[in-house]
Amino acid sequence: MALSQDKFGIYNPDKPRDNRITDIGPRHFWQYFPPVIQKNYGKWAYHDILEPGVMVHVAESGDKIFTVRVGGMRLMSVELMREACDIADKYCDGYLRFTTRNNIEFLCTDESKLAALKTDLMSRKMQGGSYKFPIGGTGASITNVVHTQGYIHCHTPATDASSMVKAIMDDLFDYFTGMTLPAKVRVSMACCLNMCGAVHCSDIACLGYHRKPPAIDHDFLAKMCEIPLVVTACPLAAISPATTEDGKKTVKIKEDRCMFCGNCYTMCPALPLSDKTGDGVVILAGGKLSNRISAPKFSKVVVPYCPNNFPRFPEVTANIKKIVEAYAKDAMKYERLGDWAERIGWEKFFEKTGLPFTEHLIDDYRLAYDTYRTSTQFKFTDSSWAVSKAADGV
Amino acid sequence: MAFEPKSPQKKLNYQELRIYSDAELNNYTEEELKNFKIKHPIPMCEELESGPWPSFVSDAKREALHRKKLGQGRLLTDADAVEDLLGQLEVSFEDGETHWKHGGIVGVSGYGGGVIGRYSDLPEKFPGVAHFHTIRLNQTMSKFYDTQFLRALSDLWEFRGSGLFNMHGSTGDIVFLGTITEQLEPIFQEAAHHLDQDIGGSGSNLRTPSCCIGKARCEFACYDTQDMCYEITMTYQDELHRPAFPYKFKIKFDGCPNCCVASIARSDISIIGTWCDDIQIDQAAVHAYIKGEVAPNAGAHGGRNWGKFDIQAEVIDRCPTKCMWMEGGNLRIDNKECVRCMHCINTMPRALKPGKDKGVMMLFGAKAPILEGAQMATLLVPFMRTEAPYDNVKAIIEKTWDYWMEEGKNRERLGELIQRKGLPAFLKAIGLPAAPHMVITPRANPYVFWDPADVPGGHTRDINDYRSRHAR
Repeated sequence: MALSQDKFGIYNPDKPRDNRITDIGPRHFWQYFPPVIQKNYGKWAYHDILEPGVMVHVAESGDKIFTVRVGGMRLMSVELMREACDIADKYCDGYLRFTTRNNIEFLCTDESKLAALKTDLMSRKMQGGSYKFPIGGTGASITNVVHTQGYIHCHTPATDASSMVKAIMDDLFDYFTGMTLPAKVRVSMACCLNMCGAVHCSDIACLGYHRKPPAIDHDFLAKMCEIPLVVTACPLAAISPATTEDGKKTVKIKEDRCMFCGNCYTMCPALPLSDKTGDGVVILAGGKLSNRISAPKFSKVVVPYCPNNFPRFPEVTANIKKIVEAYAKDAMKYERLGDWAERIGWEKFFEKTGLPFTEHLIDDYRLAYDTYRTSTQFKFTDSSWAVSKAADGV
Repeated sequence: MAFEPKSPQKKLNYQELRIYSDAELNNYTEEELKNFKIKHPIPMCEELESGPWPSFVSDAKREALHRKKLGQGRLLTDADAVEDLLGQLEVSFEDGETHWKHGGIVGVSGYGGGVIGRYSDLPEKFPGVAHFHTIRLNQTMSKFYDTQFLRALSDLWEFRGSGLFNMHGSTGDIVFLGTITEQLEPIFQEAAHHLDQDIGGSGSNLRTPSCCIGKARCEFACYDTQDMCYEITMTYQDELHRPAFPYKFKIKFDGCPNCCVASIARSDISIIGTWCDDIQIDQAAVHAYIKGEVAPNAGAHGGRNWGKFDIQAEVIDRCPTKCMWMEGGNLRIDNKECVRCMHCINTMPRALKPGKDKGVMMLFGAKAPILEGAQMATLLVPFMRTEAPYDNVKAIIEKTWDYWMEEGKNRERLGELIQRKGLPAFLKAIGLPAAPHMVITPRANPYVFWDPADVPGGHTRDINDYRSRHAR
């Protein structure tokens, strides 16, 4: 039966409970596995990355499945989807999947079609000249940046997402199509502290952040918001109830306590934080999710602020490039960015990347003391000599 | 293993389902696209069309042209929606501020999640996105699809929405971006009736669970992530669709400690595969790696010359517990010292495999920084054999929910509750004994909250009895 073409389709607004289907869940996965996957499910022996973006998985039976991974955009059109479907129908018996990082994987059982598939994918360009389906993103590479919605669809962002990701990946494209790094480098991006993405555990993370306390819409606050909820929303107890001169209930904010997290705005639309000159981008580095060799760890703030320089964020991309290039040059094989920084010491990380260290990078929130150096073991850097000089010691 | 879906679903045939004809799908030429200008000036957006990485602006313009050529008669939402979206993005760049209003309560009847209201704060200037709501659709496990489904989905979404979507959102759902209130119920029921496809979670409910690629195409998967994810998703449809929790709750399924879906950092309950016996070794394959016949790490480092593979430097010396050595030309592992970090297995996948006695670990309480700072999940259940329908896993999930719903404050994630009340209280609630694997070190302070029951005589004191021995 065809999808309906009238305004309400199956749904009858006059009898909304009629003929209603709920709680059926997603479609079952089994039907979307190519036959070779159904046959060898749970019986894969090993895999090889044949070239960047191209993998073969070999089953115990000797059966093979070839995967061609292409960079995708989280924000995509049905037009691009239909084109991906045309390709999957031509080379992959209609099978394709998506990765958790918004890449598309074409699943090819017939090895004889592989070369043509690759050529076809790389030949397709957008009107503006960019690739539609660039092949890469496997092994010791920088694959797609997971990201959030930004100005495309979000009400709380401190920056935009799709534009920054495009700028970053244009800049790091050779790392996407090559496998030249010591280990994979996972880059991620979130437009605000809500972090609708795992940016807190990424090798490199970009985070939109506000730097000005909320503006207070006194005339409407009590109408739009529950004042007790707004007061308790603040993790630093900076918000308290107040009354305006003309007698309206509102809140007041101890601005020196504000850490610009935006939780109050989430609870109350009358407290917007976004601001052209206040908002910008924090860069974090050295996190990871895998348990390989070392435990998973959080990313650390290494650049406290870059301006929202739309649309291509040159300060953000330049800082990321500095980190990646220093890491690529200095780290050992298999060593993730955070493991490298810990091995050489964070003081050396700042020396080798050339990123300035400022007081903003020293934690002064809760549990901050755990991050202070409480030993005599450190390495000399220009920064440490500057302290000796300031102390009138050298 | 014979594996069959529990509930057979109708096979989808795009030719039967389709809304648009071939002529409608191919209604513009490359030349027209080249000359196409959207109705708003978007110079900053257009700067994002150059460079090698796929340009979402070029892609969106293509959709905008397609909609224009289809015409309003063949669309149930504004034909200019994509043009207005780009126009609003340009203004957002100029202003350095978003132009989406805060919230807006919309939804489908009987569900409390899966739909997020979104309204432009410049509706006169950009009427096509005045109402631009999101619908989350529950993705298939590990995001495998076929073109029949995806083409049908594309037609449905172009006809009743903006034609722009996310494949996928961060939690895992397919995210339809931009439709009007009147089309929410029709989209929901069209998807349910014609595509056997339900919507996902949002708000204070179970968010759409997600899993790694697992046994479908990975040799490391220690349990059936797809099946468990599907089973949990289907068992808890009510929790997924009808918010009854203090806040969001995420469950993610990783097949091994490589954690490809980030469960350890992103889910209130993280289920990670592991094994409890010995790593399987194929000594002949070990020798093949040593001789350089097979590239280490499945060829992941093929883009640079790292020199000849050195098993001592690259595997044995990098082992976090130093439990491996070469002896008589063979690789030996002291498995009782192994912490199953996966490095040796990742590096020599043809020679080493996880053990045969496999199960899952359960970790609890991960979350992003809002509000008190990010938390990683805490390992509590170290090993659990489990089989469909995974009753022992479900029992722990349900005990966790009971405790969190009883004790959790509004907008308090599980990890924050565990911090506030202490891990011992949580262990008691889910019925697990304490064990040293749950901590990195024991506490350094002696501030034990002793239970009166653990102290002879309880906490009742008699000052007169004390004074009978001690003068004031």
